[in-house]
Amino acid sequence: MSITVIQEANEIERTIRRLAHEVIENNQGTSELILIGILTRGATLAERIATEIGNFENVQIPTGALDIVLHRDDLKMSGPAPKLQKSTIPKSLDGMTVVLVDDVLYTGRTCRAALDALMNYGRPASVRLAVYIDRGHRELPIRPDFIGRNIPTAPNQSILVELNEIDGVDRVSVIEEEL
Amino acid sequence: MPTQSKSDKSEPTKSEPAIWLRKDLLDTADLNLADFNLIFETTDAMIEVRERPIARTTTLRGTTLATLFYENSTRTRASFEIAGKALGADVVNLSASQSSVGKGESLIDTVRTLEAIGADILVLRHPLSGASTLASKYTNASVINAGDGMHAHPTQALLDLFTIKQHLGELSGRKIVIVGDILHSRVARSNIWALLTLGAQITLCGPATLLPKYFTQHKSDLQNVTVTTNLKTALSNADVVMTLRLQKERQRNSIIPSLSEYIRNYQINNDTIALAKSTAIVMHPGPVNAGFEISQEVAEGKQSVISAQVTNGVAIRMALLYLFATRTTDFPA
Repeated sequence: MSITVIQEANEIERTIRRLAHEVIENNQGTSELILIGILTRGATLAERIATEIGNFENVQIPTGALDIVLHRDDLKMSGPAPKLQKSTIPKSLDGMTVVLVDDVLYTGRTCRAALDALMNYGRPASVRLAVYIDRGHRELPIRPDFIGRNIPTAPNQSILVELNEIDGVDRVSVIEEEL
Repeated sequence: MPTQSKSDKSEPTKSEPAIWLRKDLLDTADLNLADFNLIFETTDAMIEVRERPIARTTTLRGTTLATLFYENSTRTRASFEIAGKALGADVVNLSASQSSVGKGESLIDTVRTLEAIGADILVLRHPLSGASTLASKYTNASVINAGDGMHAHPTQALLDLFTIKQHLGELSGRKIVIVGDILHSRVARSNIWALLTLGAQITLCGPATLLPKYFTQHKSDLQNVTVTTNLKTALSNADVVMTLRLQKERQRNSIIPSLSEYIRNYQINNDTIALAKSTAIVMHPGPVNAGFEISQEVAEGKQSVISAQVTNGVAIRMALLYLFATRTTDFPA
């Protein structure tokens, strides 16, 4: 197995800042906007994007954290089911523009589960998808609206996003398994 | 060294696994600390699911839950049914009076029939102690004991402990007083085993005829259990007061001399609750005989968490259904 670091803290900070600008540009401001991150690292990224938006728009953007485990399509397949975490969605999503945030977009199945989970909280006016890394290999018709970086990967590669709040370091790496 | 598990959610093995390997839930005595923590963390998440504007998922689509009750029940049965439906399971309810049990079908045959028609999880209540254990040996379905005779009622104990944690935080070192008919109470027994595992200090209080001998006989192994007939001593410095239903039907057997004497010595009312800590919570597994084991004022007072117990009962049962429906049978060593 080999690990190649492709982004470090200062680059990650710049990328998050750009994502924050893109989100409010696309939304034409901050009204009715809520950022909801998929637990665990998506939720941390959502907080960071919201903080950036807060810094240059001088508003507090509501954020939420979504656990998608109950909505997965592979719970009955072999292997232990994941532990549940508590979702925190601060308000009804009726009429809101939801920006769903995750660290890595791969097959699209996590995102599908997240869309399913969101519908338990109301009827958003629209849902957008922001991902830090798009690594390709989609299995469902799902497409991100905001992308931190595109990293096309081979089947034996995967992406590791580490965030300071959780991992003690900001770093993005490509992990390559020996074939 | 970093591992792949942190960011890639496309494979089930890559998130932190919920390691639930048990086939059945027969009593809290079988559970260890890690089991309790997993159940309580899962319940926390389920509380949030219950609070969603649309509190329904399809997680257990394709899972069939059968409830089989040989005794009456309001809360336990209804909360299992609501829990199953909230997670998208199919729920079949059978009671002894409506089923072929009335025609003389045995418990084992009934359990096998339910498995044959597709039940994955079987919730069983039976008047005989040990019925769930017996049933679990004759079926591949997961058996959840919803009360067997005087033996155990683990889901009630789990919801009681969860409610205590919710109100008071950690259980370790807390003084929990259980008052009333301990001898005949499966709720008390399951609570005692669970509380011991979680490190609580337990005081059992009631008339001598309603206190099991076991705890005084095994005092050296059970140092965290105190037994007393004196309610004042029992309630002093208590964090939690658990009242039990006074099984009035047993009074005819002269187990207690008179109801009025019991009320005078053991009722939890405004006067007696004042002996516990001012922050103490009062619990009751239901159904409440207001005016007997507990006064109406205390049952509905600000220290009462009785309705929280019922609400938490649904979330606890959702957590158990999730853990059983997704349990691992081929977990790598």
